[in-house]
Amino acid sequence: MKLRLITMVCTVTGGVAMAADTGPKDVHFDDYGAIETSLTGVVGDAANGAVIVGEKSKGNCVACHEVTALAGIPFHGEVGPVLDGAGDRWTEAELRGLVANAKMTFEGTVMPAFYKDDGYIRPGDAYTGKAPSAPLTTILTAQEIEDVVAFLATLNEQ
Amino acid sequence: MYTKVLTAVAALLTIPVTAMAGPDEDNLVINDELDMISVTEAPAHAENLDTIYSGWHFRTDETQALQIDDFDNPAMIFVDQAADTFETVEGAAGKSCASCHDGAESFKGLQASMPKVDAESGKLVVMEDLINKCRTEHMEADVWKWSGADMQGIVALIGLQSRGMPMNVAIDGDAALYWEQGREMYYTRFGQLELSCANCHEDNWGNMIRADHLSQGMINGFPTYRLKQAKLISRHNRFRGCIRDTRAETFAEGSDEFRALELYVASRGNGLSVETPAVRQ
Ligand code: HEC
Ligand code: HEC
Ligand code: HEC
Repeated sequence: MKLRLITMVCTVTGGVAMAADTGPKDVHFDDYGAIETSLTGVVGDAANGAVIVGEKSKGNCVACHEVTALAGIPFHGEVGPVLDGAGDRWTEAELRGLVANAKMTFEGTVMPAFYKDDGYIRPGDAYTGKAPSAPLTTILTAQEIEDVVAFLATLNEQ
Repeated sequence: MYTKVLTAVAALLTIPVTAMAGPDEDNLVINDELDMISVTEAPAHAENLDTIYSGWHFRTDETQALQIDDFDNPAMIFVDQAADTFETVEGAAGKSCASCHDGAESFKGLQASMPKVDAESGKLVVMEDLINKCRTEHMEADVWKWSGADMQGIVALIGLQSRGMPMNVAIDGDAALYWEQGREMYYTRFGQLELSCANCHEDNWGNMIRADHLSQGMINGFPTYRLKQAKLISRHNRFRGCIRDTRAETFAEGSDEFRALELYVASRGNGLSVETPAVRQ
């Protein structure tokens, strides 16, 4: 009985962030893959976004992208384009769409969707290789998406 | 004059790019005498590749050097141990491998055609299956753990007997269905990162992914000695790791899914020399 209650509480709080956030299933992409409105209504924190972009257990974006602004982080990949100037090339709405689910902008792209929680083939429990033991969560939270978008918007070509 | 300037400009433009991208152009020769086919034309059934490369070409000079001389190759310690194991009596039948097989040399050529379909059962079998069958049926001993040191040591010892021979697995006849299953897996975008083997090893070989230089994901050098883990790594263990890294629920070592995938991946390397035991980072 007690156990069940705890599980219920966990299910309610786990992953699903603040009630005001737009959940992954409620996100509206326009015809070009952009997301017009903020997922949280809270202004993104670019400094935290930079951390997420470089952090292996978070966005790990540098696994595939080189970002000159993050030259202090070792080993940037070259699977995707260099992100320098992304803030000039894309609007905030487009960047939000790209980070949430780049497949809506580039059909079939190898870039993973960071704000999606279903429609996967054999999803696992993070990087354990095991089956998930709890409902899937998005790879990044709504606010983390906003933070990354805020960081990308600072990447301007000098 | 004009051409010279153009060439100079082209060289300037290309050098920084080629410094990292792509396989290197070194020749793989083992012990100064055994010329390996480590680059060759892709077999027709590897639809989206023109040229196939051994994973050796994507490693650093230091890692490459460890594979070109058997005295430096750390995998050879395990192969030597396996040669002893081959002679060791085990199990209720009181036999060793050597009681029935005329030395590991008698398996020359076998690795180049593995996996294969067992004529009796019609099932796809890999080297580990053949070995465990002998252990249970002929030696009355326990099966070896798939990726255990005993098993992978013997797999490497048997594979080594075919070193230099071109991979040539059959994909037609009884094997066709398994091959199709493996091919389907290869292009399936598993896990929360939704990445298929092909996304990394076909679309992006030659590119860096974080600190790793992506190869074509060939298995002609397995079991490989991985410096990071300081032991022999089985093919299925490598598959497992690659699927796990897509945030997916992986498959088990020794599963039918991985047998089929092994056949398909091996077939993409048809024409490359068996390199067992290779050395990797
Ligand atoms: C597995 C590799 C991979 C990862 C990881 C990845 N991307 Fe991408 N990304 C790509 C590829 C490839 C493209 C190019 C789109 C295409 O044509 O498929 C791309 C495109 C983009 C673009 C648009 C390109 C431009 O003009 O600047 C942005 C922005 C972007 N990614 C940001 C990110 C961010 C932020 C992250 C981390 C949250 C990330 N990517 C993680 C592979 C990746
Ligand atoms: C009692 C005799 C016996 C012993 C002991 C034995 N084997 Fe075998 N092995 C066979 C026979 C017979 C075959 C032919 C297939 C079959 O009937 O299983 C065979 C087949 C094989 C094959 C497949 C060859 C091919 O061309 O397909 C391999 C590999 C092999 N054995 C390895 C080993 C190893 C390694 C050991 C020790 C761990 C071992 N065997 C112990 C009798 C034996
Ligand atoms: C996210 C990218 C990625 C995906 C997806 C992926 N791999 Fe890999 N794989 C790697 C990296 C990185 C390495 C180590 C560097 C290299 O050899 O490419 C590697 C290595 C390998 C190797 C060892 C090659 C050698 O020569 O030592 C094999 C075999 C392999 N992968 C097979 C597969 C198979 C089969 C799949 C699909 C089930 C797969 N990989 C999916 C990234 C990936």
